[in-house]
Parts: sequence; structure tokens; C-alpha cells
Amino acid sequence: MQSPKFLWLALAAGFVLAGCAATKSTAGGSPAQARGQAVSEADLLAWNIDVRTPDGLGLPPGSGSVAAGKAVFDAKCASCHGAAAAGGPVFGSMVGGIGSFKTDRRVLTPGSMYPYAPVLFDYVRRAMPMNAPQSLSNDEAYAVTGYVLQLNGLVAADAVMTAASLTAVQMPNRNGFMVDDRPDTAATRCMSQCTPIAGK
Amino acid sequence: MTDSKSSRLVSAARSELQAAGSITHDPTRRAMLGRTAAAAAGGVAALAGGRAAAATVPVPASNLALGRALPETEYGMPSKYEAHVKRRRTDVLVNRQNFSDWSMTPLHQQHGTLTPNGLIYERHHSGVPDIDPQQHRFAIHGMVRKPLLFTMDDLMKYPSVTRFHFMECSGNGLTDWLKASSKTVQQTHGLLSCAQWTGVPVSTLLDEAGVRPEATWALAEGADGAAHARSIPMTKLLEDAMIVYASNGEMLRPENGYPLRLFIPGWEGNVSIKWLRRIKLGDKPWHLRSETARYTDPMPDGKWRQFSFAMEAKSVITSPSGGMNVRPGEIEILGFAWSGLGKIRTVDVTLDGGRTWREATLEEPVLDKCLTRFRLRWKWDGTPATIASRAIDSTGYVQPTVEEIRKVRAITGFVQHHNGVFPWSINAAGEVKNAIA
Repeated sequence: MQSPKFLWLALAAGFVLAGCAATKSTAGGSPAQARGQAVSEADLLAWNIDVRTPDGLGLPPGSGSVAAGKAVFDAKCASCHGAAAAGGPVFGSMVGGIGSFKTDRRVLTPGSMYPYAPVLFDYVRRAMPMNAPQSLSNDEAYAVTGYVLQLNGLVAADAVMTAASLTAVQMPNRNGFMVDDRPDTAATRCMSQCTPIAGK
Repeated sequence: MTDSKSSRLVSAARSELQAAGSITHDPTRRAMLGRTAAAAAGGVAALAGGRAAAATVPVPASNLALGRALPETEYGMPSKYEAHVKRRRTDVLVNRQNFSDWSMTPLHQQHGTLTPNGLIYERHHSGVPDIDPQQHRFAIHGMVRKPLLFTMDDLMKYPSVTRFHFMECSGNGLTDWLKASSKTVQQTHGLLSCAQWTGVPVSTLLDEAGVRPEATWALAEGADGAAHARSIPMTKLLEDAMIVYASNGEMLRPENGYPLRLFIPGWEGNVSIKWLRRIKLGDKPWHLRSETARYTDPMPDGKWRQFSFAMEAKSVITSPSGGMNVRPGEIEILGFAWSGLGKIRTVDVTLDGGRTWREATLEEPVLDKCLTRFRLRWKWDGTPATIASRAIDSTGYVQPTVEEIRKVRAITGFVQHHNGVFPWSINAAGEVKNAIA
């Protein structure tokens, strides 16, 4: 009963070996065939969630007040980030740190670090809350963004965030960045009588 | 193959199969073989325990027993004796959740230059998604003439390219600039892996979509819960970036982007967006959270360096390394060197804390933007020593010391791009320890 199956296996093995010996025969020469299917920007609307944060391009219609943001935060964010974003069981504080970057201990929060306020909206909308990302409505995302900015002293308690008002918020670290300018070291290949490396 | 040859092969194979069949189907004989194996194993244990006369070398038990049968189907796994070789999360910066977290490659247990798929380091921002390749879609849109949507089947029909490249997280070494926080090289340098990547050049797909001349930047975005996204200059995308679906000969592992990821050779790992769902072309960078509040480097005067993509030349000794013990005598120093800007040209090793250096041997192959092995034979006399390596790449760049880096960057908090020379100390007892500070 085994013999016909075995004959087939032996023949298959022969074909495989022949294939190896033949190497690449026909590939090359013919250009890649176009495989992409045409799609419209409208079809991609639900994916198109990015915000170009310096000028707010991509911010959606909608609005949210600081007060509404507190309600969203208390319901959906405080369990990880703590009440008033002061730090909770999972993540640290999202408030404060402004002015700390010239000290030995830089405190990174949305208030101290983000150069543009729409960074916060973009991140909240794409990734928060962690257990249900992209579940907030645009109004909720505007509101909670406004609340965190207000906790950092960057908007008033009665502020309402919209595409225009959010983009207009002046962030303290707006000019805190420099573009990569490496190589910034100029080590040389010393082989003898070199400066010992620091450490033990 | 002639007919007579093939019939000889078939009959030889048939008799072999029948012989094997007679063994596996004879329970008496199998039991007997098992008893012989047990007896032999006992003998080996007695010898090893006594560490005595090596008069005769016993036949190993494995010679005297029938091995494990081949299951009908199987994905092969490492030996049970290798079960300690694992990725590990950080034991220094312990997170209170393990979704935005990372795990590290056991570099001291890696052989050759390729990291097995199950040991490639991880960095996730919202855990590992479970993506059905039949459902997955990848889009190219924005400043293109013709927005396109691809299925995995579509993408896998393009002529593939395969390249060997390392991948390193910009935060590799994060905890060990100013004090020796980590014990092992897995913890100090394990956000580093190297693989054979297979996919399609990004340029092929961008050409099909038709890049509009004003497009200078692109946003790449994942289909994970973080929708992790980065702005990437078009020049690099067109130069050598790949859309990758396989590593080391098989489809990507879920934790490494299954079924599709971007791969950007030589640049910090977080721009090689996993679970890639779209590339959108634009004329300016987006300045998202992951390129402002994260993945930026502290600089003097309270500033932050942004878009610091390239991983500059770096090296580390993996053996002997932290947590190991050595004895006086011949020691084979082994390590890895790599550069995101080219090939490794030279690696030097110091055995006296940096006062003198000697050139190590590079092991072939030495590839562009790929882990490169170096080795140096050393006769250790038992006196305390500090050893370290220094890489020089094909651009002529020399790996700096931390002291040299400190002169130009701020070393505080979540420092990125730590490519400083990394020392291990060996004390008189032969214990190897992190000696960064």
C-alpha cells in the first residue's frame, strides 16, 4: 500500500532538487505589476485621523468645554491617571513640570512638553482611553483635551475647545526643540596613552 | 534521473520504511530499548557526579534509545535545555502595566548575527493586536496622484527583496548612563536585534501611487490600539525603506508587526511602524506625541533634539559580560558592533579601562546596517580589569565615550541614543559587572 505514495514522494523530491539547480530563471526584466486598488480619500475617512499639530490641519469639527472634559476624564481616564490627572495607579502625573527643563530633573507632562496643543487632541483621539481607543466622540476628545490643558494652567476654566481655539493655545515648550544635528561628537581612534574611560 | 536509478531509490526507501515500521510497531522491542537507555543514563550521571577517572567515555543514552517520533505536523521549538533563553522585560524601569512596555533580546545567548524571531526585542505602545491577514488593508494616500489600497495578497505578489539589518530602540541603554543600574547585557543593550527582512521596497508602491512633487514627508501609522504614528522624510522612504511581511524566513510574529510593518534600515526602531495600515504623504512633519513628548533627546539649556532618527555606530562586549564569571587563562572576548549609517569598519577593544586599545577580528559577513561580530583572544592574568569595545563605521565615525557625549548633550531623564563605549569590570574573583559608572 505504501509503494505508490512513496514513488510519488521520490518524484516530488526529484522535482525539488531540479528546481534548486535551475536557479532564478525568469525573474527580472519584467516590471512590477501594479496591484494596488484605487481608493478615494472619502473611502479612507475613518482612517484619516491624523492632525498636523503646528497648524491643526486635520482637526475635525466639534467642540468641548473644560467642564465637559472633567466629566469625561473622571469617567474614562482617572482610573489610570488619577483624579485631576495628578497621577494614578498606572500612570504618573500629567500636570506641572513647566519650567523644569532647565533643572536637573525635567518633568514631562503634556503641559510642559507638547509644543502644540493639538498634539494632545491627536493622541487622545488615536490612542485613549487605553482599553477602548478611538471610542471618544470628537466633542469628548476636544473636551478632555481642554480639561488637561486647564489643569496645566494653559486655558481658562470656562474655555471651549474647537479646531480654532485649540490651535491658538500657546504652549510653553513651543520653541523647545531643535532638529537633529548629529554627528555631534568627534571621538578619535586613540590606541595608546588614551584618556581612561569613566566608570569603575 | 534514469528509470533504473529511481527504481533503486524507491526500493531502498521502501525497505528502510518497512524496517522502521517493524521497530515502531513492536512494543516489546521498544520497551527493551527504553530500559537500556535508562541504565545508560544512570551510568553517565554517576560519572559526572564523581568527576572522577575519565578512563572510559560512556556511550550516551541517546545512542541507546529510540528518539522522539515525528509528529504529523509540528512547529519546531528549541530544546528544553534552552528554556532559559528568553526575552525579558526591564528589571530597572518596571512599568505598572505591560501594554506600553518593552522586552529585551538575550544578546549574550545569541549565536551568529541573526536574532531568532521569538527573541526579537519588543516595544509596544498599546499591546499586541491580533490581525487577520485576510482582513488587513494597507493604504497609500495624501499627496499622491492615485490613492491606493492593498490587500496582503496584493503585496505578496510583488517581486520581494530580502535584506539583513539590525533594529535598535532609541531608548536602548536608557537606564545606564550615569549609574550601573542593569546587571546583564540583555538589560543594558537588549533593545537590539538583527534579522533577515523580506518585503517590498516602499519606493515600488509609492511609484505606483505617483508621488506628487510637493510631498517631502510621510506619516506612517499602525493598526494597533495606539495607532502608533511617525513622520518620516520622503528621502529616506525612497532610499531604502521596505514594507515587510516576513523576518528570518517566516511571516512576522504578531509582536513584530504581523502581518505587515514598515522597516527603515539603520533608524530608531519606533519609526519602523508595526501593523502598518497606511502611509500618508504630506509636505511637512506632523509633530505628533511620539516625535515631541517621546523619542526626543534632552539637550543642554532645557532643549530637546527632534527627528534624531539614525542609530550611530555602537558596540558592546557580550562575553564576558555582566553576571558572568571568568577564570584566569585564555578568554575569547566576543561582542557585537553595528551602525545605522553604514558598515562596521573596525572594532577596538581595551583591557585596561581605555588606556590602550587593540584591534579585534571582525567575523564575516560584515554587512551594511547589520550586526557584526567581533572577537579578541585575551590571556587574563587574574588581576582586576575593565574591558570595553569601540566601533568605527564606514563613514569614519568613532563610537564616543559617555564623557564625550556629555560634553554636547544633556544626560538627564529618558536619555535616548546612548551609543557610548560600555565597560564591564572583572574583579579578582572573576565576577563581571556593569562598570558604566
